[in-house]
Amino acid sequence: MSRRRPNFLAGFGSTVWLLVVGLPLYVMLVATFQNRADYGSNGPFALPEHFTFDNYVNDFNGGFGQYFLNTVIVTLSVVAIVVLLVAPLSYAIVRSRSRVTGLVFRLFLLGLAIPSQAVIVPMFFAISEAGLYDNLIGVILPTAAFAMPVCALILTGVMRDITPELYEAMTMDGATHRRVFFQLVLPLSKSGISTIVVFSALQAWNGFLFPLVLTQSAESKVVTMGLYDFQTEHGVDMPGMLAAVVISMIPILLVYLFARRALVQGLMGVGGK
Amino acid sequence: MTTTATAVSAASKGVQRSGRGPGRSHEGASRPGFAWAAPAAFFFGLFAIVPLLLVVVLSFASWDGLSDPEFAGLDNWKKLFDDPIMIKSLWLSLLLTFLGVVVQTPLSILLGVWAAGHQRNRAVLSAIYFVPLLLSATAVSVLWRAVLDPNFGVPAHAKWLFGDGNLFGNQSTAIAVLIFVGTWQFTPLHTLIYQGAARSVPRVLYQAAEIDGAGRYRQFFHITLPQLRNSVVTSMILMVVGGLTTFDTVLILTQGGPGTDTTISAYYMYQKAFKTFDYGTASAIGVMLVLVATVISLVMVRLTGYDKMNSTMEGM
Repeated sequence: MSRRRPNFLAGFGSTVWLLVVGLPLYVMLVATFQNRADYGSNGPFALPEHFTFDNYVNDFNGGFGQYFLNTVIVTLSVVAIVVLLVAPLSYAIVRSRSRVTGLVFRLFLLGLAIPSQAVIVPMFFAISEAGLYDNLIGVILPTAAFAMPVCALILTGVMRDITPELYEAMTMDGATHRRVFFQLVLPLSKSGISTIVVFSALQAWNGFLFPLVLTQSAESKVVTMGLYDFQTEHGVDMPGMLAAVVISMIPILLVYLFARRALVQGLMGVGGK
Repeated sequence: MTTTATAVSAASKGVQRSGRGPGRSHEGASRPGFAWAAPAAFFFGLFAIVPLLLVVVLSFASWDGLSDPEFAGLDNWKKLFDDPIMIKSLWLSLLLTFLGVVVQTPLSILLGVWAAGHQRNRAVLSAIYFVPLLLSATAVSVLWRAVLDPNFGVPAHAKWLFGDGNLFGNQSTAIAVLIFVGTWQFTPLHTLIYQGAARSVPRVLYQAAEIDGAGRYRQFFHITLPQLRNSVVTSMILMVVGGLTTFDTVLILTQGGPGTDTTISAYYMYQKAFKTFDYGTASAIGVMLVLVATVISLVMVRLTGYDKMNSTMEGM
């Protein structure tokens, strides 16, 4: 498209949206670096009068260090389970001729339509029965299960693009399935793997409903639970609360800075066209 | 939320190609068996499919979580439709979903088409626009709860705009807050969908329009919009499923209040299950939500002719 004249309307609209997105983020950041008294008297738009890191320090001492660690454990475990299970699954879906595998793929497609709320009641009792209530494992298992359908779709999309000739060449050389998988499929699906890593990590990091229903004590709280509790218990401590929000965002923003493509593709599902 | 997001778009592309499509028969290469898929299938069946079946069973049972569940036939379902709060919650769910679609769709189409252009500042702005989508619904809700706090937030310092400043104090402003926060968080996702679609519109169409002397706005309405048709369906289905299952935002921002004025079905289900321990009724609400979301999605797919996978490349 040749741009003959600047599109003023679009320029104006995009600036307005920038303000809508940016202002609350600005309010959040400046609030976290001032003490409560200053925030109360100067309002949400003022820059910090006495710059301080106390809010972050207090949050960390007030349990967020533990919550952070728990969330890291949950996230790493979920990512590990998802990658370990979904990689061979996608390989089977793409290459297998068996009817059962086709059925499994449909099962996962059905899984896309199941919201986690719908199963939370039986999940709560199943996890309690299994003795995993208030235990991080009890959060990890369902979180991983619910991240799987999308990841399977992403990865099958990537593996389908591997040309059949390559498989044939390897089989001619007498390679086993295992060798085909490890020496051909995995190296060629690196992009897809990194996408599902990012996607499942984001799901796990931001998960709320499973931890809410399946955990209770401070030892097994994740960051989102810490945030929710902070808001219900110290809802008036705005700087402290907003610092907790920032703490919960830091890892995601770091990933965004360094792995933006994988992340965007993860959110787009089967990558941008 | 984003789970379903990626899902629909992916499903729409991938379903037809599952298993053995035509032209994929390459004899000579040996193929992996079901064993490769078994661990994942077992795990997913255990933690997603079995609970789904259980919730359907439970919706016909009476259960307080302590004694054994008893078969109750259609009692829960009857109770649901006699419960004024339930009926109201369903209307509220539909209303919030509808308003979300109406507000977010035009906004994300405009932003997406704009972001599809290739100019340096657009890339930077798109990166900033994208941030809300990265945050958990919890973080977003807590952030807005703080920013909109009647005593310490922005409204307290902008009375001319917010009146008494208590946005959570009556139904219409509370709903407006929920719609706004949902829009703030999820517009980036839909923008992304439209951006991808707008980028894949064949250049030739625009060049032809230029030659015919069509201006920017005519090009937008006669070329870009029709080409985005399938993306609109995908994006709207995501909004419907997401809207009907909104939960975190309501729990943190309004607690279903004032009164029950923002108690949407998903939140009412949570209360039924974990506040009044009426697990049968809660399960029935859960089943109902899945049904409603599925029906609306199917109707949308039918109405738009999306299932016939009509090519948007007509006349090419």
